[in-house]
Amino acid sequence: MLKTKLTATTALAALALTVPAALMAQDRVLNIYNWSDYIAEDTIAKFEEEFDVTVNYDVYDGNEVLEARLFAGNTGFDIVVPTSDFLRRQVLAGIYQPLDYSKLPNAENMDPDLMAAAAVYDADNAHSVIYMWGTTGIGYNTAMIEERLGADAPTDSWDMVFDPEVISQLADCGVTMLDAPTEMLPAAMNYLGLDPRSTDTDDLEAGAELLASIRPYVRYFHSSQYISDLANGDVCLSVGWSGDVFQALYRAEEAENGVEIAYVIPSEGALQWFDMMAIPADAPNPDLAHEFINFVMRPDITADITNYVWYANGNAASLELVDPEITGDPGIFPTEAAKDRLWASEVYDARTDRTINRLWTTVKTGE
Amino acid sequence: MSEPVEGITDVTVSDMAGAKPRRRLGGGWGKRLVIGVPFLWLLLFFLIPFGIVFLVSLGSPQFSVPPYSAAFEFDGWWPRFVGSLGNYVFLTEDDLYWRAYLGSVKIAAGATFLCLLVAWPMAWMIARAEPARRNLLLMLVILPFWTSSLLRIYALMGMLRQGGIINSVLIWAGVIDQPIQMMQTDFAVYLTIVFTYLPLMVLPLYSTLEKLDGALLEASADLGASKFATFCTVTLPLSAPGIVAGCLLVFIPAVGEFVIPDLMGAQDSPMIGNVLWGEFTRNRDWPVASAVAIAMLALLVIPFMLLRSSPALREEA
Repeated sequence: MLKTKLTATTALAALALTVPAALMAQDRVLNIYNWSDYIAEDTIAKFEEEFDVTVNYDVYDGNEVLEARLFAGNTGFDIVVPTSDFLRRQVLAGIYQPLDYSKLPNAENMDPDLMAAAAVYDADNAHSVIYMWGTTGIGYNTAMIEERLGADAPTDSWDMVFDPEVISQLADCGVTMLDAPTEMLPAAMNYLGLDPRSTDTDDLEAGAELLASIRPYVRYFHSSQYISDLANGDVCLSVGWSGDVFQALYRAEEAENGVEIAYVIPSEGALQWFDMMAIPADAPNPDLAHEFINFVMRPDITADITNYVWYANGNAASLELVDPEITGDPGIFPTEAAKDRLWASEVYDARTDRTINRLWTTVKTGE
Repeated sequence: MSEPVEGITDVTVSDMAGAKPRRRLGGGWGKRLVIGVPFLWLLLFFLIPFGIVFLVSLGSPQFSVPPYSAAFEFDGWWPRFVGSLGNYVFLTEDDLYWRAYLGSVKIAAGATFLCLLVAWPMAWMIARAEPARRNLLLMLVILPFWTSSLLRIYALMGMLRQGGIINSVLIWAGVIDQPIQMMQTDFAVYLTIVFTYLPLMVLPLYSTLEKLDGALLEASADLGASKFATFCTVTLPLSAPGIVAGCLLVFIPAVGEFVIPDLMGAQDSPMIGNVLWGEFTRNRDWPVASAVAIAMLALLVIPFMLLRSSPALREEA
């Protein structure tokens, strides 16, 4: 879902309907459209060499950009990597072609539990396989939190965000939230003991009310700005995407600026999402696209990617090749107990979407 | 706009005539070409897309590619209208859209005014500078414009943020002991808009002020007017065309500004650009998004058309 650098480019890229690379495509050209910074440095080169093909690799930084292009049609892409709830809607709109599993022998490497969880969005995984996955939890600056809340701060709980007593003490050092209503409202509902997947208007309004009550302590709502702000020590707590918080952590480490970041999946549970590889129905080169998906599902290739991007993957056979520091981090690969408390995002109908977004605007603007 | 264009054309054609035989060959044809190219451009890249957006705004959203129903159905060759104005009615039912529009106008108007305050003295200084230095000064105004505005916004972020340059220097100098919160405030939004659009205000002002006849100022002084009176009664009124042009150039894009409030603001007041983005991406409602776009354009263009046709402004322009 992540690695958003600039929401601004989102808007620009959506407008810039560039000439599809496929117009120039010859037989052995594969057109991939993936999240920025979301693949190992040598993955594409390895694929090009082994299969003697040329890859056009293009990146986006938001599901919205990808979706706008897919809905406009004729993208010329062979592989795209939408997040599961977006994928669901796109599958319903007939945007993807079914995968031919006879061409994907490496699918046997995939973790059946995770694939089953992803099948909530795409029945029988008919159109997509897991690329990487992550959670929406809490990233925080350990020193700043301890300074304000003491050593026994409830850092493993959503209390940090949703308890006005707690969050009010953090307002001065900066609290940020994702500008993502379909993730924030369910988190608030879950905290209230409601079903995070509920589409009941009363439940949604209760979640919005909770969010409105802590709104005064939130500095801003943005889905990428917090990465550098956390890393620089400009904010002390962000509700964010796992990999992005880890990115902030490494940036701070690299800068050696003394900022220490941690990421937790709160004990009450968190949203789990999957980024899925899929082939658009009008892909110019579906055979090659299958070969690429099969290639990525090779344990060594998936392990390469996880080792580089620090996101969890769905490839059981790859785990022994993944850096133990990564597999051992409960923020990336949650413990069994934590796994049980993860929830999948609901795919809303248009009316509920509108309700949620309207509530969110009210939360943000305080009106 | 048509008058100045024609004016320019006349100059060009008569210049060519001075250089000799062209006049007879070209005549009306050359003139038509000069007007025709921008006309074609506007037709291709403004009017037709505008028409498409308008048609989309009459449809309704659906799960398909493209994600809306068409406003017309065809029985053979005969188009039958099946769309509705429902999306426009919808915009009036929720005061969000109205408030967002007003919020955008307020910010854009404020920023335009601030821009004018900063740009007028700059333009005056440049226009009064020696010709040799004038080009250098103009260059300094234009140069930042050549870098992507996004990069400039990020540079500003580096200055304004908690641990940024301004706060570090102020703390180091002992002026403050806690960093000032500048990012995610209205201050940051205004500052960035002024910073980003400044050249668009300076250049038209400069071109007006540069043509201003110094003899008029001398005459005013000779007749006993104070410097202030000269400024109020001579200089300022004569720069009115530049002020109007600069304000329009800044105000119109600032109303639809999406990036700056998103990156610099606290998102606590809805702006029409962000609302439009939300309709398009979050609600996946292209028809309502299109309706917002059309309504915004109409609300912006109609007042200006009325202004333009008002005799007072005519005289000044």
